[in-house]
Amino acid sequence: MNDSNFVEMIASIAQAFGPSGNERNVREVIEPMLSGCVDEVRVDALGNLIAVKKGAGKKIMLAAHMDEIGVLVTFIDEKGFLRFGNVGGVSPFISVGMRVIFENGTVGTVWYEEKMDSMKELKLDRMFIDIGAVSREEAETMVCVGDMAVFCGEAVETNGRIISKALDDRAGCAALVALARMMPETENEVYYVFTVQEEVGLRGARTAAWGIMPDMALAVDVTDVGDMPESHHMAVSIGKGPTIKIKDSSIVCHPDVVSRLRSCAEKAEIPFQYEVLTAGGTDAGSIHLTAGGIPTGAVSIPTRFLHSPSEMISVEDLKGVVNLLAAFIQAGEESQEEDLSSGQDGEDTNDAGEN
Amino acid sequence: MLNPYELLKELTRLHGGSGDEDAVRDRLTEVIRPFVDELHTDATGNLIAFKKGTGSGPRVMLSAHMDEVSLMITHIADMGLLRFRTVGGIDPRILIGKRVLVGPDRLPGVIGTKPIHLQTAADRKNATKLKDLRIDIGANDKTQAENLVKLGDRAVFDYEPVEFGDNKLMAKGLDDRAGCAVLAWLLQERYTFDVYGCFTVQEEIGLRGAKTASFAVMPDYAIILEGTTCYDVPDTKEHLMSTWLGKGPALTIMDRAVISNRPLVDFIVETARQNGIPYQFKQTLSGGTDAGRIQGSGEGVKVATMAVPCRYIHTPVSVLDRGDFDAMRRLASATLKRLPELFGRT
Repeated sequence: MNDSNFVEMIASIAQAFGPSGNERNVREVIEPMLSGCVDEVRVDALGNLIAVKKGAGKKIMLAAHMDEIGVLVTFIDEKGFLRFGNVGGVSPFISVGMRVIFENGTVGTVWYEEKMDSMKELKLDRMFIDIGAVSREEAETMVCVGDMAVFCGEAVETNGRIISKALDDRAGCAALVALARMMPETENEVYYVFTVQEEVGLRGARTAAWGIMPDMALAVDVTDVGDMPESHHMAVSIGKGPTIKIKDSSIVCHPDVVSRLRSCAEKAEIPFQYEVLTAGGTDAGSIHLTAGGIPTGAVSIPTRFLHSPSEMISVEDLKGVVNLLAAFIQAGEESQEEDLSSGQDGEDTNDAGEN
Repeated sequence: MLNPYELLKELTRLHGGSGDEDAVRDRLTEVIRPFVDELHTDATGNLIAFKKGTGSGPRVMLSAHMDEVSLMITHIADMGLLRFRTVGGIDPRILIGKRVLVGPDRLPGVIGTKPIHLQTAADRKNATKLKDLRIDIGANDKTQAENLVKLGDRAVFDYEPVEFGDNKLMAKGLDDRAGCAVLAWLLQERYTFDVYGCFTVQEEIGLRGAKTASFAVMPDYAIILEGTTCYDVPDTKEHLMSTWLGKGPALTIMDRAVISNRPLVDFIVETARQNGIPYQFKQTLSGGTDAGRIQGSGEGVKVATMAVPCRYIHTPVSVLDRGDFDAMRRLASATLKRLPELFGRT
């Protein structure tokens, strides 16, 4: 895939409408992209899209979430203004003056009650959406209580970077799609999993992992950076390659998975960074606690302006993610033996897994 | 036929703090045994009833929690006064002046406070904190109290249900005996699909019972029957009212624990419209119910929640409208009767 196709693919996935619990549109964009590259595709009860490339080796689950943050209409007043709540981490300050769009195309502006002593009082329940309706009746012909909307933020490419809404985590989805389309040669059975409801509590990955019961798993998601003026401290920069997660608030990554990632990156000469995220979690958090426990790690895309309509990533970083994932799923028996097969689950378990 | 409203009143008289639901479970067991095919209590205390369907189809779980908010004795202080903590969300301010029953023998007690005459201006300004409250069981001293009460004993509200006003019921424990009464009533009917009626434990302290119940049942669909918050009183902005009393059962789109399965919610709405049953959407996104745990169990479950609005919820005097209770019963029943139509669509 050349660069402009890659960017176009990221943009088309990122621009799809998909707040948590309403990921159907994203699924419909991604599914045809996988056509011919995987052996089986299914959608589970919660809406996770699970694509399998069969193999006789280990079951490896790669998870990227399809859902994005958004807003949920809770009340329509008599003048047609919409009151709303958050779906995932929505900052009131970032939302002011932004546009939101509903699944049916209705667009509105987010504003706030102006009789406010200080902007410190700004909370979502003192804000509203104006969709241009003049009455409750008119508004109700456009949207319903219970409808979700997402922030508008078109995708643009600038100097090797992409700016768009929802790169969290459509960038991860795009990486999985790109990887599946490379059709990497591997003995392992690879599960490309596009999860739902990550932003509201890592929920889809939990049931997906239960259904798959993988031998190991990686979450592929965005992460914060510490490389902007007066940023908080974080040893991750945009443009310096994918990160190998050590920990976040949902997981301490399995040391064998971390070392397998490191050795893969080193062998393939992919620049990488270690990531310690002090606030926030990923699907890895719910995957690793599934059933009897699953060795799990995460590869992340350094991203600026997270949870804003103008998230920014580097195209090179994302390519690095794809290459690192390819190396990870291709890593042979020898590195698995040294990394993942400790004495206690030795030969018998391996044999059973391969039959 | 079971009178669901009488059952509701009876259930609110029973005591069932989280982890201590025996009295409620025993009574529900007696009530539903005649009309279910199998019945068992699991290791955490959930009561799980099975009713075979007349045909085939997905497995459907119906769930309501038996536990209610309560108190636990943590320390027997000087003068025989009891210190305690809450089990489940209780505002300490509503505890003052309430009658409680302590321990398995249900000893009468009262939660007192400093008389208004003796309060300072600062006392009056500050909200009462739990650490300043004691349960008085009428003991003269610590030794007497120690002979009557053990650490870890429960204290529950001592309030009888009262019917008042225009079809209103005031009682403790409406959350979620309302759901329990509706669920028991629903189990009388036989459906085309297999139904698991789960009366769960420990919802109020973290949706705990539902987790093990749903893993045992592994349903395809689940409908959770609840009591929910309502504060439709003057001075609340309309958009901040979670529900309205008298406008029918509230359906959850999203709360802190779940985003409901939208096709199932839409199907319930469609059922309500077809049958002229009132309904409303819960407008606030706060709180969480067993739906969250059930949805995330196994390979995932399609869930929806319907709830009776309860003013003054988590107090001994919560209030529901009988019309809402009856509407929830009818809506749940009508939904189950036509649920196979939904199976066909997906």
